Formats: sequence, structure tokens, C-alpha cells
Amino acid sequence: MSDRDIGDPDSATPGATSTATAQVGGFGGRQASLTADAWRELRRNPLFIFASAVIVLMLAIAIFPGLFSGVDATNKREFPCLLSNTVGTPTADHWFGFDLQGCDYYSRVIYGARPSITIGVVVVGLSVLIALLFGTLSGFYGGFLDTLLSRVTDVFFGIPFILGAIVFLSAIQGVEVLGLITLERGVTTVIIALTIFGWTTLTRLMRSSVLSARDMDYVQAARALGASNRRLMIRHILPNAITPVVVYGTVSVGLIIAAEAALSFLGVGLQTPAISWGLMISESQNRIQSAPHLLLFPGLFLSVTVLAFLMLGDAVRDAFDPKLR
Amino acid sequence: MAIDISDRPLPADREDSSRLLLEVDNLHVEFRTRDAVVKAVNGLTYSLSSGETLAILGESGSGKSVSAQAVMGILDSPPGFVTNGTIRYRGENMLTMPEDQRRKIRGRRIAMIFQDALSSLNPVFTVGDQIGEMFRVHLGMSKKDSRVKAAELLDRVRIPSAKDRVKDYPHQFSGGMRQRVMIAMALSLDPEIVIADEPTTALDVTVQAQIMKLLSDLQQEMSMGLILITHDLGVVADVADRIEVMYAGRVVEEADVGDIYARPAHPYTEALLKSIPRVDMKGQALSTIPGTPPNLARIPAGCAFHPRCHRAQAICATDEPEFAQVALGRRSRCHFWPEVLDDQR
Amino acid sequence: MGRYVARRMLQIIPVFFGTTFLIFAMVFALPGDPIRALAGDKPQPPAVTIALRDRYNLDDPLLVQYGKYIWNLFQFDLGTSFRGREVSDIMAETWPVTVKLALTAFVIEIVIGLLAGVLAGLRRGSFLDNLVLISTTLVVSVPVFVLGFTAQILLGVQWRIFPVAGLSDGWPRSYILPAVVLASISLAYLARLTRTSLTENLRSDYVRTAVAKGLPRWRVVGVHTLRNSLIPVVTLLGVDLGSLMGGAIITEGIFNIPGVGRQVFNSVRTQEGFVVVGISTVLVLVYLFANLIVDLLYGVLDPRIRYE
Repeated sequence: MSDRDIGDPDSATPGATSTATAQVGGFGGRQASLTADAWRELRRNPLFIFASAVIVLMLAIAIFPGLFSGVDATNKREFPCLLSNTVGTPTADHWFGFDLQGCDYYSRVIYGARPSITIGVVVVGLSVLIALLFGTLSGFYGGFLDTLLSRVTDVFFGIPFILGAIVFLSAIQGVEVLGLITLERGVTTVIIALTIFGWTTLTRLMRSSVLSARDMDYVQAARALGASNRRLMIRHILPNAITPVVVYGTVSVGLIIAAEAALSFLGVGLQTPAISWGLMISESQNRIQSAPHLLLFPGLFLSVTVLAFLMLGDAVRDAFDPKLR
Repeated sequence: MAIDISDRPLPADREDSSRLLLEVDNLHVEFRTRDAVVKAVNGLTYSLSSGETLAILGESGSGKSVSAQAVMGILDSPPGFVTNGTIRYRGENMLTMPEDQRRKIRGRRIAMIFQDALSSLNPVFTVGDQIGEMFRVHLGMSKKDSRVKAAELLDRVRIPSAKDRVKDYPHQFSGGMRQRVMIAMALSLDPEIVIADEPTTALDVTVQAQIMKLLSDLQQEMSMGLILITHDLGVVADVADRIEVMYAGRVVEEADVGDIYARPAHPYTEALLKSIPRVDMKGQALSTIPGTPPNLARIPAGCAFHPRCHRAQAICATDEPEFAQVALGRRSRCHFWPEVLDDQR
Repeated sequence: MGRYVARRMLQIIPVFFGTTFLIFAMVFALPGDPIRALAGDKPQPPAVTIALRDRYNLDDPLLVQYGKYIWNLFQFDLGTSFRGREVSDIMAETWPVTVKLALTAFVIEIVIGLLAGVLAGLRRGSFLDNLVLISTTLVVSVPVFVLGFTAQILLGVQWRIFPVAGLSDGWPRSYILPAVVLASISLAYLARLTRTSLTENLRSDYVRTAVAKGLPRWRVVGVHTLRNSLIPVVTLLGVDLGSLMGGAIITEGIFNIPGVGRQVFNSVRTQEGFVVVGISTVLVLVYLFANLIVDLLYGVLDPRIRYE
């Protein structure tokens, strides 16, 4: 017996010339949109499950560090630090040992999650917003607007990422914005620095995505049906063009977290008394031979977090790629 | 010890139209995917003689392209596997030949023309390079000589300014011209058999006619055997001598062109012919075949066509029809072929 | 093709000015008094301060400062550091080191990256393929400074295979470890790109045609597929070389290599604005030039681009 619905009106009519054999949207029963298919595919992918689990864990650690470490989040002086414990090795009570000041290293690593992940998520979030706006407008309207925006993108692109961030962060300290806030080196300034130099790649990606989508037949069809430009952009082009941005955005979170760590390592990012994995690694430099655990634990957490975002990005990309069906 | 027939000189009497070139016997091809086993070809049998044009007709999913790929030996394996049958070229079973021997036949004695010339030609090499490659690889010709040969071939397929166009890239040609390039490439070493897989599907109707005429003329000149794979009955009528109608991986009707158009002997063929829009039917509803081609991972029991057949009866769901002899050179795989024949006016 | 080249060169000009101005603005528009930093703790006589500020145009409006800087630039004068050294001298000292490091890294990257990528792409799903996939993912996840740092400890201090830092062992010994660290991330991306590109092309229609033509396997893969697969790879390599030449601040810092990267980092620290701007300008030029070459190369490799 055939498993197809015999009453399906979209039957092929072979024998007629040319392209009559195309089936027009005849999917029969299940709702088959690209996102639904992709989600189904993702759920089956062990890499996706693993990566998501890690990310959820890290997010939990970042949002509720108190749950994972017995220390009170608000009062930093509650960190159990005894100078006599300086650079102690891991014990049963203190899984990660102690750092230079004799503070419990495990708590520090846990608390180090929040600034790093916050920066990663916020920077990418802002970059995606900028990319959506600039990329769509640039790709859709073309012409002078596109040329202008492309040149601006090129200008920012031309500055090496780390160099730009370093110069910016070094210069920004003590600047007064609107006579109200004085910018200190901290999470906010790092976010600004990384966003300024990080928005370009996503914007370019969005633009080229929109460019290819713009000429597609379904856009022409919608236009012929009288859709306004705004409607075209938002309802038709955006959902289809956004996929590469989503994929690269996911990967970017990992890359930005690594970048923040690098900047803190170099001394231009977060500073003590802030806690950052990059800072901790930097501080471990002098003691590395006698106390490798000082490098190991923050390095591990950092790498695993970045890894999880990369894997997630890979899994999402594979799920949305129709060619891999 | 296998006999290497690729080096055998071609017999002098190529014009002898009764010589059998290709015999496909009970071919089975299946695709083993993660979810299921797809039976693409189920017991395909046909033969081709020199000078003959055989049309293999069927919808998408009937197995016609897959069978051609199996004959050429270019099946993607995995996931495709030939599980049964023989493919004899001039008496030798190609499926049991060592690969390097089979490779020498490929392109040189049996050539293939593909549907979409734009994606089937390498975009980064000139047309002259790609055609000339045949001469360089199979015959050891020098680059210069092969370039000259390529120009000659372009001329032969009626591309204007052939000598200049030899240096051009595929994307610089129009659709019809590109298809001519594909034909030139396939015909370059004077093969005995040419398989054309939907050569005109991607082209405009007027260009279609030109290409088919070209193929037909060239075939006459070179007395090749031509296998034309298509879903287009209109194309077939002009060019083919014999037709094999395929459905769900096997032949359901086999006949000379004239016989099939005049009086089909299978409900599927009958329905196909009826569905061709005709000028004198203006104002009437178009006739279609209800339902869709079967999922080749779950082919219906009995006759594969029975779910869509208006003549279907109980026996069709349980017993697979024999490939019955209708007349000399005609066969039909239907329990009720006499009724089908009789119903034709 | 000529029009394409001309158009691209025309695009570079505004970008060059835009980028250099942006850097200039960041260095000089934002607060921080380099003259005072120079003096350090010692009190400086006001006359000296005024003279110095005048010499470096520090009291001019930003655009004027920039204008003067560009004017000097076109006369090949990169300016002078606040301590009196010619920036061009500083460049002459540090750049060859960076170039040597960059080229070493580049060679390592190409050899290992391409090899791994091609092998993985040809044997998709095999053990080798999975190995390449996993190792490249890991390399990309571990941040450069962690990687460099760990390599330095393990291979330099613990096992003493390579020198820990500095250039005292000359080429190649002193350069190998930093070059490998520098190459590692690019290598990973290169291998993955090659792998993906190769796999995609192996599935394409023209490869099917090549097989149908009776071409031997080595020719189908080595001539037809590779040529197409390498197009995106070559463009990646070009851009990569451009950024390698730009100096690797982190790697040079960890291994104490006196190259451009470390120099610019120190100069930012000591507020040597002109050195920063000078070096950055050259870096930007190199980068833009590399991009231009890559675009042209793309046109050479892919005939479809050539004839627009």
C-alpha cells in the first residue's frame, strides 16, 4: 500500500513539457518548515546536547554563583582568604586549591564566570543588533547607502582587533562621558571596546546574506503582490538571511570570551579586584612551575566554555544546512 | 584472466545495425541510507543495437538516471550498490570487469551527456581544455593537437567561431551552446554508445528542438547507439526508435515508437499519453494521473502502479505482473494488457 | 579585469584615510598627557613642556595634527618618538623580526593545515577525518595565550626542547615554538576550510562528469577538484599572511620576541603616541595591500569573477 495520500491534488503530470513535474509545496501531513526541521535535527545531535548542557551550566554559574560556591556573592570580603594558605594545592575541602592571597581558588574560578560570560553575551548581542540594522539596510537598498556603510565597515575592519582594543582601553581610562560618568576599566569599557571592533564581521556576513536573498524569486513574488520595502525586509528576507549570522554569532560568543580573557591577560582588560579567568591566568605566570593548578583550572573553564560555543555554532550550522539532509 | 576489450579495434562494419552493443539484464540497484533501503532499480532489462535510438521514459524517481549511472559505472557507492544483474557491453559483463579496464571504456566507448551543462562542466577550465582532455588522457595526444581537435568538435556541433570559442569558459556560453559543448565532449572519441540524460530538460523549447536534431544527425553520421533518458514524450516521438517506459525501477512497457503512440499496452503509458495537452482538447479539463510516484523505500506490493491505476483489481495488489509478450518486439507488465490495447481507438 | 583592479584601488584610498584617522584620533584625542608621562616623577620646566608640545603639534586641533602627520607620511617621515628616536628606525629594527616569525608560521600553517585538510576531506568520516576535526576544534577553543603559555612551560621550561623566550638562539630555534603557537589557530581554520571545500567539490556535478569521461581518479581529484577547492583556501591564506605580518602582540609578548607586536604594545603602555600611530599606519597599509592582492588573486583563480 502506498504511504502517500492518494487524494493529493498536487500530482505530477509527466508527459507535459518542461517543468511541470515540480511539486508545489505538497508536503502532505507534517508541518515542514526549515526551523522545525532544523530543531528536530538538532535534538538528535549528541554534540548539540553536550554543548548546550555545558553552556546552560556555565550560564547557571554566571547567574547564580552562590549556588555553586558556598560564598556570599555580594560581600567579596567573605572569600575565605588566609595568607598562610598561599598557593596551596587542592585538598578535599578546597577542590581547586588556593591562589596567591590564600583565597579559595574554586570560588574565584566560579565567580570569574560572570564577567566573562556577561561580556561575551552582551558584546555579541549588541554586534548582532548593529549587524541586523546596518547589514539589512546596506544589502537591501544598495547604492550610496551601501557604499557608505561598506566603507565604514572597511575602516573598522582595517584595524587589527587586539591592537584596536588595546589602544582604546588604554586611552579610555578616566574619560568623562557627558560630564556624568567617568569610565573606569571594567566590564562596561571592555564591552564597548570589544563591540566597537567586533561588529564588522557580523555586519558583512549579514549584508552578503541579504544581498543573495534580495534577488530570490520569493522576494520578487512578494514585491509583485504589493509588499512594502519594510515588510519585505522584515518578513521575507530577514528570516532567511539571518541563519549565517546566528551561526557565527554563536561562535562569536566563545571568541569574545576568549578575547576578553586575552585583554585581561595583557593587563588592559579587567583589573583587580575584578575577577576574570584571563586575570587569573596572568597572575599564574610567575608561579607556574610550583603551582600549575593556578593555570589549569581557569584555563580549563575558559577553554571548555569557548569549546561549547564553537560546538554549538557548528551543530546549528549543520542543522540549518539543507544540503546535508 | 580478463580480456581487455577496450583496446580491441572496432569492427569495420559499424553500419551493421543489427549488432548488439549493450545488454542490460535484470539490473537491481539499491541505495542504503541511514533511514531505509531505497530500491531505485528493480529488474531492469533492455538492449541497444548500433544505430538505434532507445528512449527510456519515466517520471522523476522512476530509476532512469540511476540505471544510466550504473551502466556508466559512476554510481555513488556508497550509498548506491548494484545488487543483481549484468551489464554487457559487446558481450563482456562490465560489472565483473576490473576497474581500470572499465575506466578505459568509460568516455571512450560509452559516453554520457548530462542535463545541466553549467554545473556539469568545470567552471575554471576552458572549454577547449575540457574537450581536449579526452584526447590527452585517452589517446596521449599533445596539448596543441588536442586543442585543434577541440575546435573541430565545436565546429561539428555547430558552434559559430569555433576556433575563438575554444578559449572561452563554460559560463560565457548560453544554455544551448553549453549543451552543445557537452555533446562535443561526449562525442570526441567517437564512442559507440552515447547516453543522454535529459539533455534538453533545462533548455527552451526552440533550443530543445535544435539540440535534438543535432543529436539525431550526429548519431546518423557516426552510427552510434543512443540512449535517450527523458520524461518528455514530445521529445521522444521525433527521435527514438524504441521506447522503454519505466516505473518504480522497472520497465512496464517496451515497444517501437510508432506502436506505443498509436496503441499503448499499459495503463501507465496510456495515462501518460492522455495527459499531454492537445490543441483540439481546448476547453476541457486536463487529464492527470492521480497520486504520486511511490516511495522507493516502500514499493507497493503486487503491481507497483496499482494504487494509481484506474483499471486496478484485486489481483493487482497481490500478484506482480509478468513481463508479457504483446507482439513481436513488444512487451507489457500488466495483468490486463489486452484490455488496454483494445480500448485504444 | 583592469577596470576591476582600478575600482578596487579606488576603494582603498578612503579606507586608508579613515582607518589611520581613527587610530590617530584614539591615540591623540583621548586624554592622557604623553609629555607628562615622559617626564615621570621629575618636575619639568614649563618652557621645556611648551617646546615639546609645539614640536609634536600637540596643541593643534585634531584634524590639523592629523593633516600634518599625513603630510609627513607622504614624505616618508613616520615621525619621532617622544624620547627622540625616529619611528622609522624603530620599525627597521622590529619589523624584520616579525616578518621572519610570520613567514615561519605561514610555512608551518600551509604545510600542516593543507595536508590535514586534504586528507580529511578525501577520507570523510574516517578516523583521520575525525581526528582532524577534533584536534582543530580543540586548538581553536583554547585561547592563544593559554596555548602559548602552556607550550612555553612544557616544551621550554620542563622538557627544555626549545628556548623559553627571546631570540638568543637565532633562526630557526628561537622562532619555532612561537611560530607554531602563532600558526596554530590559522592552521586549524585552514584545515577545516580545506576539508569542507574539498568535500563540497567532490560532490559536485562536474566531478561526476570528469569520472564519466573516464579520467583516472588522481586526475579527477588532483586536477579538477583541487583547483576549485583551493579558491577559498588561497583567499584565506592571503588575508592571513596580511594579519601575520601585522605582528602578534600576544605571542611576541609571551615569548619576548622583539617584534612589531611587542613594540606597539609597549608603546601604548608608555603613551608613545607617534610610535603607535606610525606602526599602526604601516600595519594598515600592509593589511590593505594584502587584501587587494587577495582580491586580484581571486579573479585570477576563478574565471567567473574575471569577466564581470
